[in-house]
Amino acid sequence: MTVAATTTEAGARPSRAGRRLRAPAWLGTLPFLGYVGVFLLWPTGILVVDAFKNPSGSWNFGGVSTLFGPVVRGYFIGSFKLCLISAVAGAVFGALVAYAVASGKPDGAVRRFALAGSGVLAQFGGVTLAFAFQALIGPVGLLFHPSWYYSFPWGIALIYIYFQVPLMVLVFLPAIDGLKLQWREASESLGSSTWQYWRYVGGPLLAPAFFGAALLLFANALSAFATIEAWENQIAYTVPQEISTSLSSEVGLANVNAADLLAFGMIVMVAVVMTGYALLQRRAARWLR
Amino acid sequence: MRSPYRFTLLGVAALALAAAGCSTSSPSTSSGGTNWATVTSVSAGGGMSKLVAAAKKEGTLNVIALPPTWANYGTIIKDFTAKYGIKVSSALPDGTSQQEVDTIKQKNGTAAAPDVVDVGVAVALANTSLFTPYKVSTWSAIPVAQKNSSGLWYNDYGGYMAVGYSSKFGTITSLSQLLSPKFKNAVALNGNPTAANAALNGVMMANLVEGGTASDISKGVSFFHELKAKGNFSPVSATGATIKSGSTPVVFNWDYLNLPSYVGVSNWKVFIPKNAVLGGYYAQAINKSAPHPAAARLWEEFLYSQATDGGQNLWLQGGARPVEQVAMSSNGSIDKSAAAKLPAVSGSPVFLSQGQATSAANYLATNWAKAVG
Repeated sequence: MTVAATTTEAGARPSRAGRRLRAPAWLGTLPFLGYVGVFLLWPTGILVVDAFKNPSGSWNFGGVSTLFGPVVRGYFIGSFKLCLISAVAGAVFGALVAYAVASGKPDGAVRRFALAGSGVLAQFGGVTLAFAFQALIGPVGLLFHPSWYYSFPWGIALIYIYFQVPLMVLVFLPAIDGLKLQWREASESLGSSTWQYWRYVGGPLLAPAFFGAALLLFANALSAFATIEAWENQIAYTVPQEISTSLSSEVGLANVNAADLLAFGMIVMVAVVMTGYALLQRRAARWLR
Repeated sequence: MRSPYRFTLLGVAALALAAAGCSTSSPSTSSGGTNWATVTSVSAGGGMSKLVAAAKKEGTLNVIALPPTWANYGTIIKDFTAKYGIKVSSALPDGTSQQEVDTIKQKNGTAAAPDVVDVGVAVALANTSLFTPYKVSTWSAIPVAQKNSSGLWYNDYGGYMAVGYSSKFGTITSLSQLLSPKFKNAVALNGNPTAANAALNGVMMANLVEGGTASDISKGVSFFHELKAKGNFSPVSATGATIKSGSTPVVFNWDYLNLPSYVGVSNWKVFIPKNAVLGGYYAQAINKSAPHPAAARLWEEFLYSQATDGGQNLWLQGGARPVEQVAMSSNGSIDKSAAAKLPAVSGSPVFLSQGQATSAANYLATNWAKAVG
């Protein structure tokens, strides 16, 4: 979440600065590298290797073809739909909220309240969130019972948007703060209308940050599991749910390697998304120095 | 919220810590010289009094995945301790069958390893190498089809797949009634049938009602497809909480988990569809490397005792059908009032063979998501 904030300073010339580091400074990063190695790279390595094995331990590269079979493809399409809807809706509404917050007083109570609230709500998820919605709009909910609350992906997407919007506010606010008042004044003094300012100045400036943040929301929704599992768990709609089935099936369908393969598919999906995010951030950083 | 792997890692770390914290212990040998770890029946070990003495000396029994509200296990554990003075250490009460055998693999060699397991038959069949043969005194009362011939595992209790429902719907007598609009989002299984055994059997029961056979579950999947198309299939699986809150007012589950006394809802009714009596039984097995081998065997003797205060009648009082029920009905040792409380059955029970269960699971793996998605 702090990615946007840090790249504003460091994004400019990272490679040259890196080469100038002396040995003692490198030593300081060792614990971090060790941590990443043990808790990220090592498990990922095991997962990728096991994805290409069968349960008896021998190599099985043919298994990859199941990723493209109609059943497994269905889980990836389900995940993609859910992530796309919740990311787009979260990004649009989050950007509007962020703009509203940014146009308020920089030290005002509203801004502090909105930021603190977003920080909390962006992490609000899982069973508690599913329960909150269940109590509100579930079959015996307090409020009302929309007919679509269980139709995938709309019902669950609504729930995801609940944590996507505040995350968008946190990620997108620094970009809006980076819009300089002088740019607006300059364009107005040249006779541009509000529409023209957003069309030719503000929009293009914010677009990379906006799409970058939307990609982050997409990745965020992709890995979410507990919320949807609590909301609708008799049918696996998404990849994480199917991974759970592959790990815990008690009817003889448990297959750790199949779960590894699905997880590998997700890694590829996230890698594509995060590469897009990094490219867009690099472009956004140029304007936000 | 985020990555599922994070939780896996935490779990692995926690297990590693737990394993490191436990001291190792060697299998005990009783004072009489009997090594109970290899004894296959109470008579071979020198009789019941010797077994009780050896078990008391061990002092503890490790059980796993026995929810106190499930099949009367709370009372069974309490009564066992009261009768023999042996402490029962109950791990992971809400665990699954797979977690039971996983725990055996991870904890064997420590004093915390489970002595006995109560697992689904599929899991028992897949893990016989972890078990040691033992035949309880009432062995002959267990139907031949419901035990491993050498005594590696043996069915303990079970039930028939039943439909439980809130009495606000009146009286339901057939599954086709569930397709009516008043059951909007109401009908639930107990999990995803590609993962949960009870849910798979729920689909299989519908399959039998619809005229399918145990070897081909496709008609059951079609039934749920129709249910989903009508908007009556609840995507949330049934739990005690969803039943109490009313969000799953119709539930397919084993009858002993579907009784009003079990779900804790007074206006709850149960019926077993005609000629679709699908049985499912759990199995007992003793861990080959049990840290308390005598206590483990005494526990099995207690569970399979036909006495008024024995395990078979205690299970029955919890709404489960004990495996020796038929024999006990004919020799008169059955608790008749408890037996009368079970839902009525018409038709002869069907039990899935391992092959039938596997082919049903494979069919569901490729067709379930498509049918109800």
